[in-house]
Amino acid sequence: MKYPDLFKETSMALLVNKARSGLTVLGIIIGIGSVIAMISIGQGAKSTIENNIQSLGSNLIIVMPGTQRGLGFQVSSGRGSAQSLTLDDAEAIRQEIPTVAAVAPELSGRYQIAAKGTNTNTQVLGTTADYPQIRNIEIDSGSFITGQHIRSLSKVVVIGPTVRDDLFGEGVDPVGQAIRIKKIEFKIIGVTKSKGGSGFSNQDDMIFVPISSAQRFLSGGNYVSTISVQASSQKVMTETQSQITSLLLGRHNISDPTLADFSIMNQTDIVAAASSIADTFTILLGSVAGISLIVGGIGIMNMMLTTVTERTREIGLRKAVGAKRKDISQQFLAEAVMLTFIGGAAGVIVGWITSLLVSKFGGITTSISLSSIILAFGVSTAIGIIFGYYPARRAAGLNPIEALRYE
Amino acid sequence: MIDCKNITKIYKSGNGNVETTVLKGLTFSIKDGEFVAIMGPSGSGKSTLMNIIGALDTPTSGQYILDGHDVSKLSDDELADIRKDKLGFVFQSFNLLPRATVLRNAMLPLMYTNTPEEKRETRAKEALKNTGLDESHYQHRSNQLSGGQMQRVAIARALVNNPSIILADEPTGNLDTKTGEVVLYTFQILNEKQKRTVILITHERYVAEHADRIIEIRDGLIVGDKKNQNKLRTKVPFK
Repeated sequence: MKYPDLFKETSMALLVNKARSGLTVLGIIIGIGSVIAMISIGQGAKSTIENNIQSLGSNLIIVMPGTQRGLGFQVSSGRGSAQSLTLDDAEAIRQEIPTVAAVAPELSGRYQIAAKGTNTNTQVLGTTADYPQIRNIEIDSGSFITGQHIRSLSKVVVIGPTVRDDLFGEGVDPVGQAIRIKKIEFKIIGVTKSKGGSGFSNQDDMIFVPISSAQRFLSGGNYVSTISVQASSQKVMTETQSQITSLLLGRHNISDPTLADFSIMNQTDIVAAASSIADTFTILLGSVAGISLIVGGIGIMNMMLTTVTERTREIGLRKAVGAKRKDISQQFLAEAVMLTFIGGAAGVIVGWITSLLVSKFGGITTSISLSSIILAFGVSTAIGIIFGYYPARRAAGLNPIEALRYE
Repeated sequence: MIDCKNITKIYKSGNGNVETTVLKGLTFSIKDGEFVAIMGPSGSGKSTLMNIIGALDTPTSGQYILDGHDVSKLSDDELADIRKDKLGFVFQSFNLLPRATVLRNAMLPLMYTNTPEEKRETRAKEALKNTGLDESHYQHRSNQLSGGQMQRVAIARALVNNPSIILADEPTGNLDTKTGEVVLYTFQILNEKQKRTVILITHERYVAEHADRIIEIRDGLIVGDKKNQNKLRTKVPFK
């Protein structure tokens, strides 16, 4: 049988029983549609998480203080709260490790901030001039903290856009105005650009002060709460991380690395961990949707078996006029594949619309990739072949004499 | 040209213990252009014989030569090729595709040949014309036709790939006497005017008497093979 004939025969056969074909196709539409929608939600979540982490900075290594250990017994006030890192450690990292591009020690704390008539509670971060480079922060108006500010213990601040909105109202340029942190007056010298950050660290709701001023006026000590290090490239991340480890172990006189009083996190590791969580999530969603696709496939098989039984005489006749096994099996396989192909095409559209609706009304980012569409088509066609194969084989194997006599 | 030598057919039951001999060694030949009726009561083996002549089945032993090809030992697909090229079937229950048009039904066998699309329609129309079916029906769906008309579409379908033999299995079994006459007359015309070989399988002597030669079968053996002296003819209007 030639392909145009096959196509014509197949479409005629499917049109004969529109309701049945339609319902069977619906099974595939729901299956493919939910696979597409679920994968797009999973992929969207993954890219949101990755973007969030990437927006923290590029090639970022974060050194955090660890548990401080005494002799004989341990006194731990919790990881991250120890005061084992100092500005000198940061300076040493900057000067002694060649693969480091920038270092920004940070000292953070939450304080009540007062401006003229209003006040807010937010995070105050003492840092250095390198911070914007490491953490991808841009200045909207004014300027960021400079080395001069740090040396002279200037009482200056750079505020995030959320803080500006809270204290001065949207669209107001607060540069030159004063705010009070712990009742000490600081002058605003700049506003950062909004990063639209959300989740675990909103970088818009922050106040930056020179780290020296933060140590002197706010926390009162020589320690820092984190040291952000930017490696010069993605390739040297691991190397830089191990160099920092050995440098700090040396500086802190610790010989056993398992007893280190600091810990180092690498941005790549964080991204990888988060992505693998998101991937697991996607697989979970996809496989739940995949089950409905299999159910759809069984629907196809069921319909094809009914069709073969109903058309036994037709099969017998076709064989009597010269159709070979291959002609018959091709015809029934083509019907199954056409059903799943139509179902696949409609399913892609349904899935697409669903994911658009989810991102519009559910506030979840979704992303539909070409590969998931191609995959869906491939899978639906494969389902047609797999679930159509048995009925087609059964049709082709019918004995023409018995088929013609079938009542 | 059909040449059958000592054809037997033995069916085995499911577990292979019981054997039923349906054909017990039949030898006969049918020349081109003959109109032969194979007649016998039910259970005589005439249907089994028709299946073998029609290349739907192969004999257990013996030799069946059709137009010089030994058909006795062919595979399923090779038998399909023989049916496609050499044989046209007309069945008791017409076996038309109910939702397809008359024309499409007549064209069906050509789908399995290499006939180009545009030639198929011409040939189907020609075949339909030979059966005397009115042209106004060509676009009708086959389930809108009367029994006699349906059987003529089935005859056209049997004619369309220009087979050497037309095999009709109880073609009048589902028709009333009058329409049955029309169908039998159609076979006579095809045989006499177009010199087509027609083999008619029936259990009715009356139907068999429309042929030129009657082979009678009983219990798997030929019990009579003679020329039909008083061939019945029906005067029916035939366009």
